[in-house]
Amino acid sequence: MESFTTLTGVAAPMNKINVDTDMIIPKQFLKTIKRAGLGKHLFDEMRYDRAGNEIVDFVLNKPAYRTAQILVAGDNFGCGSSREHAPWALLDFGIRCVISTSFADIFYNNCFKNGILPIAVSKLELDKLMEYAERGSNATLTIDLENQTISGPDGSEAIFEIDAFKKHCLLNGLDDIGLTMEKQNKIESYEKNMKHSQPWLNTAE
Amino acid sequence: MSKPRTLFDKIWETHLVDVQEDGTCLLYIDRHLVHEVTSPQAFEGLKNAGRTVYRPEATLAVPDHNVPTTERGGYIENEESRIQVETLQKNCKDFGVPLYDVNDIRQGIVHIIGPEQGFTLPGTTIVCGDSHTATHGAFGAIAFGIGTSEVEHVLATQTLLQAPLKNMRITVDGGLPKGCTAKDLILALIKIIGTAGGTGCAIEYAGKAIRDLSMEGRMTVCNMTIEGGARCGIIAPDETTFEYVRGRPMSPKGAQWESAIRYWRTLPSDADAIYHKEVTLDIKDIVPQVTWGTSPEDVAPITGTVPNPSDFEDKLKQESVKESLHYMGLAAGMQISDIKIDKAFIGSCTNGRIEDIRAAADIAKGRTVVDSVTALVVPGSGLVKEQAEEEGLDKILLEAGFEWREPGCSMCLAMNDDKLQPGERCASTSNRNFKGRQGFNGRTHWVSPAMAAAAAVTGHLIDVRDL
Ligand code: SF4
Repeated sequence: MESFTTLTGVAAPMNKINVDTDMIIPKQFLKTIKRAGLGKHLFDEMRYDRAGNEIVDFVLNKPAYRTAQILVAGDNFGCGSSREHAPWALLDFGIRCVISTSFADIFYNNCFKNGILPIAVSKLELDKLMEYAERGSNATLTIDLENQTISGPDGSEAIFEIDAFKKHCLLNGLDDIGLTMEKQNKIESYEKNMKHSQPWLNTAE
Repeated sequence: MSKPRTLFDKIWETHLVDVQEDGTCLLYIDRHLVHEVTSPQAFEGLKNAGRTVYRPEATLAVPDHNVPTTERGGYIENEESRIQVETLQKNCKDFGVPLYDVNDIRQGIVHIIGPEQGFTLPGTTIVCGDSHTATHGAFGAIAFGIGTSEVEHVLATQTLLQAPLKNMRITVDGGLPKGCTAKDLILALIKIIGTAGGTGCAIEYAGKAIRDLSMEGRMTVCNMTIEGGARCGIIAPDETTFEYVRGRPMSPKGAQWESAIRYWRTLPSDADAIYHKEVTLDIKDIVPQVTWGTSPEDVAPITGTVPNPSDFEDKLKQESVKESLHYMGLAAGMQISDIKIDKAFIGSCTNGRIEDIRAAADIAKGRTVVDSVTALVVPGSGLVKEQAEEEGLDKILLEAGFEWREPGCSMCLAMNDDKLQPGERCASTSNRNFKGRQGFNGRTHWVSPAMAAAAAVTGHLIDVRDL
């Protein structure tokens, strides 16, 4: 996984609540057996008409936002399914950071596994950032994960909260399977205990 | 004296392998369900890293999302779907993971077969790369959906890194009124708590109305917990649970059964356990519920009307309601029962079990699906189908003009050929009403199985009590 330290990029506004995973990546693109290549289908049904032409009004189709790396969105972003295709599509498009007031839990976790930073801010902050993002290609933001800050070129700064372990893994691009495998002996001793206390759990064929 | 604990806390604490300094937990996973859509990249990750599946016997795989429901020949027309199913078959073979393949009578929707086989047990931790894993919480288990990277993590280590969830309790009092089911109960609830009502929480469902539900009804309730924003719904195991689990192929037998029951009886929450959030609801006065919009919280009683954007205070919600109504082709103020439908879908992990099919057949009996409507009944598993056929339900449904299909997810998410055409409207027993979910520009109205059948035989949404 690519590490995330600081990011300076264009922020695109998506002033909509409950942006769900079916909007982020519709189900017809879940048939892939690969992780890469989903960026062109990101927000497919909002981004293209039925003939496959770009819908000019859609934010990521506007010249100012075509290279956006940050998405500023309304409450409860990423609700719906567990599909990791959603963060894969965002990442493949080039989005490395999503800012909202709240995220659906599974989506939130999935972001961290893919080097995307989801940032939850207050409603007040979000309104400010949204207004800011609406300014077009001048709307660059700088995200500093180490210091947990979001800053605009005018020097304004917001601070965000993030779980320490998630931050650590993201900053260093750590593969958490490898980390867990180092705890093999703990897993084995847990299993030994479990065999004793709930022996019926071993009866699955 | 030790601190009073909730059902969730007890299971969680029992499954801790390690707790990091910052509180992140390494949680042991007892049961892992796998399907073809969210697993290929996980297996690929294992292969690339030269890793193996740590405990194949605690894993159970099934193709369900992509399988056709028209026939069980084994060959899937659509190339991408076929590749995904074949990839699952190959991965299971390579990694030694048990698989209920397409032609196996035990094949079905992943959340239906787990309980059916006794793979799902009280007191366990259960995960699957699928948000409706919450279903299994009906047995008093911690069950939640995970992403593909987490699927890979569980395959490789049988554990998962998780921050603990908060406890929320929803107490449902009263008895379910006539014509109402577990589906109506959970829809009424989601309307109250909203789509983010349970974010960060495990929701424990309690109260008389929950205890009175059958296991199948409890599964319907827990299944839709995710629509209320919580990853995990849970119900204390009781005699109803044990009765259901007893004698299933993978449930404990003999002396082990006795000790298991003894243990399971210690699981319900302690009397003074503390909940972060509490909601109570009395359902004695509810009527059958439907959705009118494209968000799970867009719920109305069948006796009601389509709301007006101005009924809502929040500006963004007003916008989203306006958009919903436009997409759904509905006018504010119209009677819900005037909404005409083109299709009816009875199935999915929410409502694809035998009781659901019985409820639909009960309405279908002696009636006919109206000409303009196509009505699909898709059993949740091969075993549900078999049982329904033994009871003669297939005949009743077929006679009434319903289609009787092979098991799978089908039109719940329309990854196979079962889908809505643009503009078509469906009375559906499924659990997602997002735009395009059941087909591009398709329109979904959630209802219970009886309500879906009633809509099929009248051509519009209708109060099942009026039939
Ligand atoms: S029936 Fe629908 S919700 Fe359930 S697992 Fe299949 S696609 Fe998902």
